[in-house]
This record gives sequence, structure tokens and C-alpha cells, in this order.
Amino acid sequence: MAWRERLAGYAFVGPFLAVYAAVLVVPLVMGLYISLNNADLFGQREWVGLDNYAQALGDPVLHQAFGNTVLLALLIVPPLTAIALLLALALNRPGRFAAVLRGVFFSSLVLSVTIVTLIWRFILVPDAGLIAEGLEAVGRTPIPFLSDPDLVIPAIAVTTLWWSLGFPVMLLLAGLQQVPGDIYEAAALDGASRWTVLRRITLPAIRRTLLLVVMLQTAAQLQIFGQAQLLTGGGPGGASRTIVLYIFEVSFGRWELGYATAIAELLFGMILTLTLLQYWLVTRHEEPRA
Amino acid sequence: MYGLELIDVSKSYGATPVLDRVSLAMPPREFVAFLGPSGSGKSTLLRIIAGLESLDGGEVRLDGARIDHLAPGARGIAMVFQNYALYPHMTVRENMAFGLANAKVPGDEIARRIAQAAEILEITGQLDKKPAQMSGGQRQRVAIGRAIVKQPRLFLLDEPLSNLDAALRNRTRLELAQLRERVDAGMIMVTHDQAEAMTLADRIVIINDRRIQQVGTPAEVYARPANAFVARFVGSPAMAMVPATVAGAEGGRVRVRLAEGATLLTAVPADGLPEGAAVEVGLRPEHVRLAAPAGEGLPARVDLVERLGDRTYLYARLAAGPEIIAHAPGFSPVRSGEAVHLAIDAAAAHIFAADGTAHHPGARP
Repeated sequence: MAWRERLAGYAFVGPFLAVYAAVLVVPLVMGLYISLNNADLFGQREWVGLDNYAQALGDPVLHQAFGNTVLLALLIVPPLTAIALLLALALNRPGRFAAVLRGVFFSSLVLSVTIVTLIWRFILVPDAGLIAEGLEAVGRTPIPFLSDPDLVIPAIAVTTLWWSLGFPVMLLLAGLQQVPGDIYEAAALDGASRWTVLRRITLPAIRRTLLLVVMLQTAAQLQIFGQAQLLTGGGPGGASRTIVLYIFEVSFGRWELGYATAIAELLFGMILTLTLLQYWLVTRHEEPRA
Repeated sequence: MYGLELIDVSKSYGATPVLDRVSLAMPPREFVAFLGPSGSGKSTLLRIIAGLESLDGGEVRLDGARIDHLAPGARGIAMVFQNYALYPHMTVRENMAFGLANAKVPGDEIARRIAQAAEILEITGQLDKKPAQMSGGQRQRVAIGRAIVKQPRLFLLDEPLSNLDAALRNRTRLELAQLRERVDAGMIMVTHDQAEAMTLADRIVIINDRRIQQVGTPAEVYARPANAFVARFVGSPAMAMVPATVAGAEGGRVRVRLAEGATLLTAVPADGLPEGAAVEVGLRPEHVRLAAPAGEGLPARVDLVERLGDRTYLYARLAAGPEIIAHAPGFSPVRSGEAVHLAIDAAAAHIFAADGTAHHPGARP
């Protein structure tokens, strides 16, 4: 290739590479370095080796946050995937009504986390919240969703489900629309029931999209932050503190940047391992694609 | 008793009619080809028979029983799709077993039928492959195998050869002919390729403009096309249509006058063709030859020469303008642009009235 063409190629990818390096690669490397130091927000650095990681492994607050985060991910990802799949199947048809509904389900996605938590505050708070009003109307005591240690995690999970549904639905709809129509016709001639079609035709056909949804959602929910911070501030008594919320508190509350970065690196490693594991589990029986 | 019967089948998409009162009766085990240009409605008709499209009016019967209200899988019909429509994530064996398992056929019976079909189609070694690992021709066989194992009462083949390259197409055409001998069921093949239809089918159903134009054996539709459309559509190169007027009758046969002034005494009975009527004279290439000795016959100028080795087609234009195609044996030395004289076998000419109705030559004198 002529050097001019080469240069043009680099010129096209150059801006992206520069931004990618500046906002992703450099922080990633710097983060690794900072996690090996005692560091504060003013640039103070003191080499401590793996001390921060040792501290993390023995930190009871982090252990609690880890448990909360995993529980949230477990409460969110499977139902989110299932509900998104049902909605996508229901909305995967021509017609204006389905088109309007597709827009409706996608719309919650464009709301910022602040708005979402505000909406769910109106629903969940025990005094004058939507659910509380409903319960009082039938003579029941309002439930303190946001201050009962056993209820905050489910409350955050439901809020997140409502907020996050749109994108997986869109991904799955796109996946469904890629399935060639004639194999459904072949299945009709093969006398397949609707259930058989779903199980033997549709689900295998959108297997990769389902995997993508689960991987993206697992990665996203393990980093859950805004809903917990705004709905409960991690309370009561740390019952809803998530890992990222803890990282935030450690770095910007206690100014222990080195320790916070070490936790962040651990979280990064955990998410990477989990998503790769999911990918391997789903694709290990597949032949290389032609 | 008939195998498949279509009675006044009609279909429209919104305000656009695609099939208008189509009727057809097929004896059991007949091989019928639906032949027509794109958009003629032939594929829609096939899909109505399969149950993939609903009909707006009329009936579909199979072996005497009405099936148009049945689900596709309950009709006793198997279909081979144009793009094969194999289930991509299933092996060949699973593809073939799927319909049988849905019909609750016992496992050992499924295995037996698959083994038998695989042997017929020579895909026994491929049963554990996925479609993506196979060539187009092999996928085609799997698609046919998937239909055979169901032991249907009627096979539907939607453009079965259109995705194969030329060599494979000829071979598969032969195999379809052999398959047809093996199975105890009727077959309908949709195609726009008349060579496929002519070589495979017992009868050809020519469909155009929402209606059946003609039903007949390959020889019938070629020799006695029902109208101008069929005449032009069947045969390659197509029949030439030369405008003419009826000049009179001689011995009960029509004499026509071409625009140049030359007249032809045809073998077409004169009934229904009054003197002075504007008609078209239909001439197949094999009935138009280079005049020998040169100088006799109709003068024409050659536009294009198509040399096929064993024969040559001359696409020419008569002095007054109409196009005509002549046949010459072997490798003709005639060049495009050359002026020639053409001899017409007037006794073989067809005459088409202004409304398209065909008048065929009677017995030769």
C-alpha cells in the first residue's frame, strides 16, 4: 500500500485512537500504578506494594458491599433477561401498535438515573408514596421499602429493572429480526407448536444476542451505583452499599485514592472473569463460524 | 379421483389482486410445474397450497378432503424452499427428524426413514454436519431429504434449482426426475425456467397476470400455445410475432399478408378469421431458415448472431421492421449487419387474433 493511503488510514482512526488512549488506556495503566501506592486526591504517592489489596481482602465493609452487589446482580440480570425476551417476542411483529409500544419500552432508557430514582422515590416512600397510598386505601400499613434492610436491595433491583429494560429489548428485537423468516415457515410445515418453535428455533437462533445481553447486563449491574446512592445512600447501615458506591466513598469521602483504586481493579478483574466465563460457557460447543 | 384440486382460488393483498379464480385438478402422482414470469402469482399459489398464505376465496382439496383451513403442518404436504430454509443450529439428522418428532413418529421409525432418505440422496456421511458446513448442492439434498422423510401426499418445490450453478443444476434436475419415480406423491414445482418445466413436468401450468393461461403437457404448450402470452413465454429463443392482415382463405386455410406485401399461405383453418382482420403470425425459429438459393424468400437484415455450436440463431429484422428469429444448422458464417433472405415454413405458422387468441395449423395437407 502506498504510504499516502497508509497515512490516510491512520488519519481516519487517529482521533478515535487518541481519545481511546487518553480516557481508557492511560487511566487503566495509571490505576494499576496508583493501586500500589498510598495516594490521595492531591497527587501524594507512597509506594506500598500489594498492601491495598491485602487490606481489601480483609475489609468487612467491602465484604458486605460485595455481597450486596452480587445479590443485586442476581436479582436483576436473570429477570431482566427473561422479561426483555418476553417483551421482544411480543413486540416482534409488524404494525403501528407494536411500533408505539417499542418506543414506550425504549423510552425509560433515555431518562437519567436521577429522574429514575426520583420517580421510584415517589412510588416507594412510606409516607404518601404510590404503593403506600394504595396499601392505606385497603387498610394496610405502608411498607418502608427504603429503610428496611431486607427490602432495600429488592427495591433497588426493581427500580433498575424498570430503567434498564429498554436496551435489552432492542437488542433482542434486532436479534429476532435477523432470523430468516423462511425457517419459521419450514417449522410451520413441520407441524411445530409455538412452544417448540420458541425452544428449538427462536432461542437457538438468538443465542448470541441473549449472551450479549447477559454479558452486558452482568457487567453493568456489578457496577451499580447511582440508584443505590440516590435512593438510599447505601443505607440503612450499609445494607444497600454497592462496591462502586464504596469505591466512591473511599476515594472522595476518605480520600484514600490508592485503596479505592485497588478495589476498582479487583472489581474490574471480577467483571472480566465473569463475562469471559459466560462467553466460554455459551460458545464452547459451537463450531468456528464459517 | 384427483390428488390436488384448486377450485376458484382467489387472493389479493389489500387492493391488489394476485390470483383471480384459479382452478386446477391434478391426478395423484402427477408432476406439475407452475411456470410464469416474476410477479405472476405462481409462488403465491404454491404458498396457498402449503398453507403459508391464506386464500380470500375458493377451496384447496387434497385426496378429496378440503385442506385450506388446516394448519400447514396438518396438510400432508412437504415443501422444499428456494433458499432451503434449513434450521441452521441443527445437524442434518436433526433437521430431518424435526417434523417427524413433532408428528410423534416413534424414534426407531424416524431413524429408519432418515437412514433410507440419506441413502437415496447420498448424504449418509453428512448426517452429523450442520448446514453451514455444507455446500449449496448438499444443502439442497438435505432440504429434499427433510421433505421425503415426511412421506407427504404432495411435494412442493419452490424454484428448487435456482440457487445451484449450471453443472449442479443439470445433475439435480436428473435427480429430481429420479426422485419423482421413487415417491408415491404428487409434485408441484414453481419455476420461471421453462427448460426445467419442460424436462421435468408431466404437465405445465402457465401462470401470468393472476390467472392460469394454459395447462398442458410440455408438447402441448409448445406446439399449441393457448394465447400470444404462452406462445412468447414458452420456447427459447421466443416465438417471433410478425404483424399481418388476413388476406383471404384458400381451401379453408388462411392466407396472410405481411407489411412488406408478401403473403403466406398458412395451415390454419380460416374459421373465425375474417378477411382484413389484423393478426400476428407466430413463427418459431426452427420454422424460419436462410433461403437457398439466396435471393428467394423474404429480405431481412441480421441484427445479432448467436452461435451455439450445434446451431446458430439469427436475430433479424424484416424490411418493414418486425423482428424475426431464424435457425441455421451448425456454425453459420452469417455476420451481424448482413442482408439475408429468409424462407418461412408457412404451414407451421400460428396466428394470433388481436385479442391474443391462438389459431393453430391444422393437419398438414
